[in-house]
Amino acid sequence: MAIESAVLVVGGGLAGLTSALSAAREGADVRLVSYKQSTLRNASGLVDILGYTPDGDGPRTDPYEAIPELPEEHPYRTVGVEAVREAMALFDDAVPDYRGSHTDRNALLPTHGGTIKPTARYPAGASAGLASDTRDVLLVGLEAMVDFDAEHAAAHLRAAGVPFDVRGVTIRFPGDLRADAKITRYAKLLDTDGEVAVRGRMRPAREALAERVNTELEGEARVGFPAILGDDRAADVRTALEERLGAAVFEVPMGPPSLPGLRLEDALFEALDAAGASIETGNPVVDHDGEGRVERVYVEKHGARIPYAADQYVLATGGLVGKGVESDRERVYEPIFDCHVPHAEDRYDWFEADAFGDHQFAGFGVRTDEGLRPTAADGAVEFENLRAAGSVLGGYDFAAEKSGSGVSIATGYAAGRRAAEEAR
Amino acid sequence: MASVPHIAVIGGGSTGAGIARDLSMRGLDVTLVEQGNLTHGTTGRMHGLLHSGGRYAVSDQKSAEECIEENRVLRDIAAHCVEMTGGLFVKRPEDTEEYFEEKLRGCETCGIPAEVVSGEEARAMEPHLAKDVDRAISVPDGAVDPFRLVVANAASASEHGARIETHSTVTDLLVEDGEVVGLEVEHASGAGKRVHGTEGGTEEIRADYVVNATGAWAGRIGDMAGLDVEVRPSKGVMTIMNTRQVDTVINRCRPKGDADIIVPHETTCILGTTDEEVEDPEDYPEEGWEVDMMLDTLSELVPMLAEARTIRSFWGVRPLYEPPDVGSEDPTDITRDYFLLDHEERDSLPGMTSIVGGKFTTYRMMGEEISDHVCGKFGIDADCRTAEVPLPGSEDFSVLRDYMDEFGLRSPIGRRSVERLGSRAEEVLQTNGPNPTVCACEGVTRAEIHDAIDGSGSDLNAVRIRTRASMGNCQGGFCVHRMASELHGRYDESVTRQAWDELLQERWKGQIHALWGEQLSQAMLNYALHATTQNRDHDPADGGSVDFTAFDGGPGRGDRSEAGVATDGGTADGD
Repeated sequence: MAIESAVLVVGGGLAGLTSALSAAREGADVRLVSYKQSTLRNASGLVDILGYTPDGDGPRTDPYEAIPELPEEHPYRTVGVEAVREAMALFDDAVPDYRGSHTDRNALLPTHGGTIKPTARYPAGASAGLASDTRDVLLVGLEAMVDFDAEHAAAHLRAAGVPFDVRGVTIRFPGDLRADAKITRYAKLLDTDGEVAVRGRMRPAREALAERVNTELEGEARVGFPAILGDDRAADVRTALEERLGAAVFEVPMGPPSLPGLRLEDALFEALDAAGASIETGNPVVDHDGEGRVERVYVEKHGARIPYAADQYVLATGGLVGKGVESDRERVYEPIFDCHVPHAEDRYDWFEADAFGDHQFAGFGVRTDEGLRPTAADGAVEFENLRAAGSVLGGYDFAAEKSGSGVSIATGYAAGRRAAEEAR
Repeated sequence: MASVPHIAVIGGGSTGAGIARDLSMRGLDVTLVEQGNLTHGTTGRMHGLLHSGGRYAVSDQKSAEECIEENRVLRDIAAHCVEMTGGLFVKRPEDTEEYFEEKLRGCETCGIPAEVVSGEEARAMEPHLAKDVDRAISVPDGAVDPFRLVVANAASASEHGARIETHSTVTDLLVEDGEVVGLEVEHASGAGKRVHGTEGGTEEIRADYVVNATGAWAGRIGDMAGLDVEVRPSKGVMTIMNTRQVDTVINRCRPKGDADIIVPHETTCILGTTDEEVEDPEDYPEEGWEVDMMLDTLSELVPMLAEARTIRSFWGVRPLYEPPDVGSEDPTDITRDYFLLDHEERDSLPGMTSIVGGKFTTYRMMGEEISDHVCGKFGIDADCRTAEVPLPGSEDFSVLRDYMDEFGLRSPIGRRSVERLGSRAEEVLQTNGPNPTVCACEGVTRAEIHDAIDGSGSDLNAVRIRTRASMGNCQGGFCVHRMASELHGRYDESVTRQAWDELLQERWKGQIHALWGEQLSQAMLNYALHATTQNRDHDPADGGSVDFTAFDGGPGRGDRSEAGVATDGGTADGD
């Protein structure tokens, strides 16, 4: 007999978690199944709604204002501005350690290479790093960490004309972490405030780090570090450093493996758990039964195919990166339900010659009706009880627009709520 | 004429660098000019095969004999650039016995050590070979890193006083009184190492003799002096796999044909190739069917290739030449031999010789012959020493001992660093600060990157070919920004930013031929990292101004935007 729930969400990234949360808060009996680590470990932890329009206009100050200008096939147009706002309200409620909800305006934040980018929500730990804040900044890099070069980032910010003075210094992290130490190693050390050896004396890590940075501080009101300031106890680490430095402390968002991305994933899993959903991770959904209506899906566990049945399904398996959309030399496809993914026949039409050109592949994904139900080439709904959310959707280029998180949250919210309503 | 003749060598490929090394070791004054990076032309676009000569043992025995001779020399003088993988000519049931026997006899005639192995024995060596491969001939093929080899030749030439000018395009040959007396170059960024954003300019380089070693571009240089150098450029595709499906060079044992070789190269395999004449060595079609042909045809030898991941493809143009009276229709019939064209004898224009044809494996021999020729012009009697004196990095190969502890590197990374650097390992890896890994796919550390920057200025593509950083599976997704950061401190932020963007574009160029399956997924991830997180596609520093006051100033710090300061600011120009 199949494992049953009212709503089954396939995928544990931002879209899957949001849709499960939204369905659960509507009162539905929800189960979420996800395969591997979500792509959030690749994400900076910034939650963008929309920074640039598809024709490159931006950075836009107000993402909501730009939504009605988007092309009709854009997922934001499918769900509508109001749903985006409601979805962000759900996010703000579920993830209390984020900031940015006090305004509709975008924030500008520097990331690890020193480029500024527009975003809508940012971790509390990144909050003091806003580029529109006029207080001076000291960026602190670590000798052995190649992903963030503080002097380089500072020079890059100056080139962008930021309204504050910014300087970078590179220090050796107190103690003796080896050159290729993982970021989690630094975070753990700060979480536990473990002892490190400084000139032959053992000192707590937070104190030792602050002391080292204090010798570099020249009255700057803000100090930025790479995003390694603790994992489970990030707020404590930050507060401890702020007290000792007498300055606001922030983390500069980074690439993978990204602690802010992983913290966001943890926060959402917690919220989902609190909302009473069942969560299963580690096994892939590989197939489905049913035509016109999904009867059940199959989860592969230790070589066996276990059926999972639900009244309503949400497909939130991700895009090309998360393998919710796959391809070979001939075609692009959605592997679980074989939903239609529009694409040019010739794979040489999938990209542009410029690295940041208007790549067709960036928009690969399923198309839907107004209810986020995937549609076939002729526009007909593929399955009456299947909705899609997040990067498995096509028709938009999240990287160019800086819209990935927002689309996942908005469509996840809308798909989850619809699924819960239908399942009643 | 000065007491020491000054020779201008045009072309920074294997031939030009080999000539520059040879002449400078013989005490001549040498200037080498190259329009791009070292290896910019054909040398940087070859499959990395160190020929045993087996491929030419039937059709072109003179070339085959030269290959085996130079194969032995290079193992000696360029040990840190060569991996002696061994090679197999494998026969499938549909390939003829006659040709197999002919190949075997040809190898014997040319002095190429060759041994017949059964299909089973071949599969014991290479488990992924097709089950129906029935026999094979084992030969001493190897893999060679063309980048490392050319850089080492140029470094050796520099040590002997040569001037090496990359990113310097020859715009004219200086002809006075019916004689070539030098050339005019346009420097992309001034003389010396390349630094982005540095003012370029033209320079007249006067020389007592000019050597045109520009391969497929030789006709273009010839045109500048009204000479007709009939190079017949022929393109070939090479497809790079994500891993080494084979550790031995695999050749198909049949007469000339496309898609008949797999070369294990560093962490990858390179599939090759095609042979098709083109008009222009810089402008020819690169098409998907050529990539498909590599995968589909070579999977007859190694079936797993059909479903394997490729990370990029590239095309090279062979500088084929044949004397005008031969008239081959098909480029595969054109000899792989090389020719010295003394323009005094041939065209009554003294002062210049062109060297055309030939192939990478025999670059040193070509250098020797033309150096003899040039020395002869000046009555200089100096021995060629390039076959005996090892290249920088290959001087003392006992260094391939355990460097891991000594340099605090983790084992696979330490081993790979030392393999790349050879006897230079100690000099390069000895650093005061920590030496973290910058490129994880290829195991390239900060010290190696800095050494490459010392050698090549702000040009991250030149750093790439020296170190292999950004050439692995992720194709630079995770390390290009790190490489850029390593430039900072030596170069201005704007120089760093240009070099960064240039490398991103270069890495993209070859990946477009591998965009399906895993590599398309990787490409999307890279695009997301570079555009979403790093905002490389809309960097405000690249132009336009941002009205910072129009954006969120932070919770609790008074949101200035809501105080009515701006309504629609912040639109960057140039978008």
